[in-house]
Amino acid sequence: MRQSCCLATLVAATLLLSACGQSSYTWGWYVVWPTTEQGQRNLRFLVSGLWNTIAISGTAIAFSMAAGLVVGMCGIARHKVARGFNRLYVEFVRAIPILVLVLWIYYGLPVLFESAGLNINFDVFTAGVVALALSDSAFQAEIFRAGIQSIDRGQHEASDSLGLNYLDKMRYVILPQAIRRILPPLGNQFVYMLKMSSLVSVIGMTELTRRANELVVAEYRPLEIYSVLVLEYLALILVVSWLVRRLERRLGANQLAGR
Amino acid sequence: MRGLRQGCTRREQAVRLAGQIAAMLAIAIPDMNGFDGRNGAQAASKGGATGMAAATAQGQAIIEMAGVNKWFGDFQVLKNINLTVRLGEKVVVCGPSGSGKSTMIRCINRLESHEEGRIVVDGIELNEDMTNVTAVRREVGMVFQQFNLFPHLTALQNLTLAPMRARKMARKEAEELAMHYLTRVRIPEQANKYPGQLSGGQQQRVAIARSLCMRPRIMLFDEPTSALDPEMIKEVLDVMIELAREGMTMLVVTHEMGFARTVADSMVFMDHGEIVEQAPPQDFFASPKSDRAKLFLSQILSH
Ligand SMILES: Nc1ncnc2c1ncn2[C@@H]1O[C@H](COP(=O)(O)OP(=O)(O)OP(=O)(O)O)[C@@H](O)[C@H]1O
Ligand SMILES: [Mg+2]
Repeated sequence: MRQSCCLATLVAATLLLSACGQSSYTWGWYVVWPTTEQGQRNLRFLVSGLWNTIAISGTAIAFSMAAGLVVGMCGIARHKVARGFNRLYVEFVRAIPILVLVLWIYYGLPVLFESAGLNINFDVFTAGVVALALSDSAFQAEIFRAGIQSIDRGQHEASDSLGLNYLDKMRYVILPQAIRRILPPLGNQFVYMLKMSSLVSVIGMTELTRRANELVVAEYRPLEIYSVLVLEYLALILVVSWLVRRLERRLGANQLAGR
Repeated sequence: MRGLRQGCTRREQAVRLAGQIAAMLAIAIPDMNGFDGRNGAQAASKGGATGMAAATAQGQAIIEMAGVNKWFGDFQVLKNINLTVRLGEKVVVCGPSGSGKSTMIRCINRLESHEEGRIVVDGIELNEDMTNVTAVRREVGMVFQQFNLFPHLTALQNLTLAPMRARKMARKEAEELAMHYLTRVRIPEQANKYPGQLSGGQQQRVAIARSLCMRPRIMLFDEPTSALDPEMIKEVLDVMIELAREGMTMLVVTHEMGFARTVADSMVFMDHGEIVEQAPPQDFFASPKSDRAKLFLSQILSH
């Protein structure tokens, strides 16, 4: 409800700006006007990228959370080698810009495979997911590490003294508490991932940004079309943050005051 | 005054209710007569009293610490600790802050590792071997000053987790066991509350019940009442006294000297990482041998 209010306000503000502006620009909202046939066709075309945006960022975040959990747990392991791996992974992966990673994996990696005598070709979706998940996993690893480390030492001691093994302790005692604490930063990463998926448009993934680019080329109306694109991302992200908020409240109810 | 009386009646009601539930459970689960089947039998043979003489005379050593040294960096926190605890014996450890009491009892379930000496618990030596450590931890329960309940689980779930995961017990069985022990600590009605909804005394009793659900042979207590408001101390001590009567082997770090007098078979006084004195409570309180113990007792008993 509140989201749609926000959207309405934004649209109204944009229109107002165009109405009272003294600039010579003549707006061409007709390209995306929902009552005309052309506008409807274009809007449908723009929205057709939505599913790919959701699919690619959703898949990527699932993988990056799994990888982040493993790498993050390495960071607090007793073994020096595991901790070393964690630092190396985080520092190295975090240093690569996502766009560079996308390009390197899509255009670079096949060359490497070819020279090794392998015939592996990524499709756009796979390359996009790998690049996004890899990049995000370094951040997820740090979030998980911080979350696990924030849990009181007494929780470990109680679990140990009860004879729980390491995996049971993590699964039933430490992680459930850690995940409640890291929900806000996890939500951040989810939002970040949705936005960064726009970078995969450069290798031809037909998601929201790509669709907008294609339409701009056909209609020469960048301002109107990209404005719609902004609204599309805004709507998507408001929905996600609403879902995360809800999850937070739902899980938080269990913890009541806690300690 | 009126509030106090009301409190009494409520408490009597609770006890009566608890008694009824316990009786029902005793019918349903015959081997749960004592806090623990094994110790229950032993308690019966001793006639239910503290039975310290019987335990020390007959009981075999269940904890043996010999020449234990431990360092935190350069700081030697335990110095040549020699301590034997027999089956069914109650040992109370006291001493000034920082003397190494917590560290010593935490060595017994290897929450801390020792660098030198031997620690044997129930015939199992504690060393780098994790299978030994796990085996010992299943036999040894521990109660902490800060309770350390799992805040995201209800009282009942706190109790069933370890039996279900570490003992592979079925949920139904684990829940029956949990309700049995919640009844023993007199809070069966709080089973579905979260720790954050319970008072300190109730939380500590849940923590005691949680340890008991693993059917330990030994219970370690590290200042179990130090974090509690005065009016809640008694309810926790009462549970501990009852546990002692059942014949549980107990090692208790506490400043509650009344409790020590009532249940201890042996007092251990520590200072600067050493066991300075070990004696039966009547001797220890009446005529401490070392000056350090005299000083400590005068300080602790003066207020
Ligand atoms: N993890 C640690 N690292 C370094 N020093 C420690 C550590 N744990 C305890 N110590 C030190 O070891 C000494 C003994 O600590 P311990 O907790 O065993 O004392 P205590 O007798 O239980 O004291 P208290 O009555 O305050 O609980 C203290 O001087 C403490 O500062
Ligand atoms: Mg202590």
